[in-house]
Amino acid sequence: MDIFSNLALGFEQALSLTNIWYCFIGVLLGTLIGVLPGLGPVATIAMLLPITFGLPPVTAMIMLAGIYYGAQYGGSTTAILVNLPGEPGSVVTALDGHQLARKGKAGLALFTAAVGSFFAGTVATFLIAGFAPPLASVALTFGPAEYFALMVLGLAAAVTLAHGSIVKAIAMITLGLLLGTMGQDLYTGAPRFTFGSNEFADGIDFTALAMGIFGIGEIIRNLESTEVREPIRSRIRDLIPTKAEFMQIIMPVLRGTGIGSLLGILPGGGAVLGSFASYSVEKKLSKNPTPFGQGAIEGVAGPESANNAGAQTSFIPMLTLGIPSNPVMALMIGALIIQGIVPGPNVITEKPDLFWGVITSMWVGNAMLLILNLPLIGIWVRLMTVPYKLLFPAIIAVCCIGVYSLSNNPFDVYLMAIFGVVGYFLVKLDCEPAPLLLGFVIGKLLEEYLRRAMLLSRGDPMVFMQRPISATLLVLSVIALLVVLLPAVRKKREEAFRE
Amino acid sequence: MLTIRNPKDFYTGLLLLAISAVFAYGLFELPIGTAYRMGPGYFPMVLTIMLTLCGIAILANGLLSDGEAIGVIPWRGLIIVTGSVLLYGATLKGLGMVPALALTVFLSTFAGRGWDAKAAIGVTVVLVASCVAIFVFGLGLPLSLFGPWVGGY
Repeated sequence: MDIFSNLALGFEQALSLTNIWYCFIGVLLGTLIGVLPGLGPVATIAMLLPITFGLPPVTAMIMLAGIYYGAQYGGSTTAILVNLPGEPGSVVTALDGHQLARKGKAGLALFTAAVGSFFAGTVATFLIAGFAPPLASVALTFGPAEYFALMVLGLAAAVTLAHGSIVKAIAMITLGLLLGTMGQDLYTGAPRFTFGSNEFADGIDFTALAMGIFGIGEIIRNLESTEVREPIRSRIRDLIPTKAEFMQIIMPVLRGTGIGSLLGILPGGGAVLGSFASYSVEKKLSKNPTPFGQGAIEGVAGPESANNAGAQTSFIPMLTLGIPSNPVMALMIGALIIQGIVPGPNVITEKPDLFWGVITSMWVGNAMLLILNLPLIGIWVRLMTVPYKLLFPAIIAVCCIGVYSLSNNPFDVYLMAIFGVVGYFLVKLDCEPAPLLLGFVIGKLLEEYLRRAMLLSRGDPMVFMQRPISATLLVLSVIALLVVLLPAVRKKREEAFRE
Repeated sequence: MLTIRNPKDFYTGLLLLAISAVFAYGLFELPIGTAYRMGPGYFPMVLTIMLTLCGIAILANGLLSDGEAIGVIPWRGLIIVTGSVLLYGATLKGLGMVPALALTVFLSTFAGRGWDAKAAIGVTVVLVASCVAIFVFGLGLPLSLFGPWVGGY
């Protein structure tokens, strides 16, 4: 099978009426939460997980994916017009995008962001189509030792990319893994850490944990700040750039797409990393007389392409290896598992309609986003000023209904409330909750592969070093951890996160 | 004499050690097994040890290096938000979805600033109506609208 017949199979799925509809709902919701204050893709996807249970797997994934990359579009709109990134991937867009808007060039910045994202999304779609199948066939030869090593690498990458203290990031991952071990033991069926309660017999529900930490916890945190949003009031016109401006943005878009695609694939990657990297590259290469930070269009074109490319290529490790590279992918894995699909290299061969359907839907979704964002920009601008005090009761209501519907058990509601408080305090104490979620999702699998590998090797831990792939992956993990501990890199890293 | 020089790290350390203690207690009833045939307690034991070590390291850092204060905690918002969620869990089965959700939403508005009773009731009515329309009629979630406490089923 070549790439085109695969894509054709994908389009057959993505263009079915139901899937187009859910793809539309996904990108619409994504744009909406990107625009609205204080609601990110992780919380939204967590809130919608219970609703997707009743949908076919392809449709569910198409909608959830749409929310993620749709949020990248919406986030850039608020970054440009209000100087408030609606979403972490758009943090750097605000630097120059908002300056452009203040100079009356909001139209140019919005056009660049949308078209750059669309171009990057198109390229990323083809990249996934081209690279995912070979990667999956390599992964098919993996044994438990390789899988274990791969997951360790993913977790190590999450540590190096976390903000702040490395020890705290390791602690959060460990805590996540530990919470993941609650419930029945896979091999013996022994109840673990249930403390005599039936409620913990199946472990902690993943959705309740994610909704608590990222939904309820976020609300408590947002209540601290009293930000006022004042969008640029001038009318947005001149959406179409002049020829000279167009020439200015072509190269940054191309470079941003490349950087974003590459960094999105890496474990621990995603939209955020690419946008930062692209911004610093453009800053170095720029020949623009306008300095960066004062409204250089390259500073919008590069990062905006990069964050969308990264958002999409981060699906590659998730779909081919079953390894989440960021919290959104962790939720996707959770969604697949609930649907009875074990994410991993088998998905491509056993569920080609799911795999190719999701990928091609991304391209369809990107095309919808282009239409949603450029001609309809006025609607989003108005929504941007919705005060947070109107929003949070709605978020609480949707979270409550959603988490209860998981298993019609009030215990899940209580659990969500508890994790809301826990999530709030973790952030307050400078502990990032994202690695905790990654650890929680990976936990059971990590343990299973570890135990299987050790059984096969009759208890000899050297098995991980004797197999070349697993040894390489583990050595890479150690290097990744050691590098961030080096004083010089450590200083630079702190600077980079402060920017 | 020990002084807390980095409160964020100090309390993180304490929290992690407390969590480790709970898991360590839970480990007692789990067979550990050997590295060859790991029992249900083996992997959690390794993790608990790691978490304890992290907790000690972070706690020590809280005593040995300087850091920022934790800052103001919005207790009012925290208690009201958490309380309104707990209230939903506690009243849903008895009151049914409509009254339980209305109570939750109405209570939660007190967490924000600048609400008057009229606006809060307005938002409650609109939100409950749209949630019933979307989740019960639209998505068909099996929730009874009015429970036994208010004469429903």
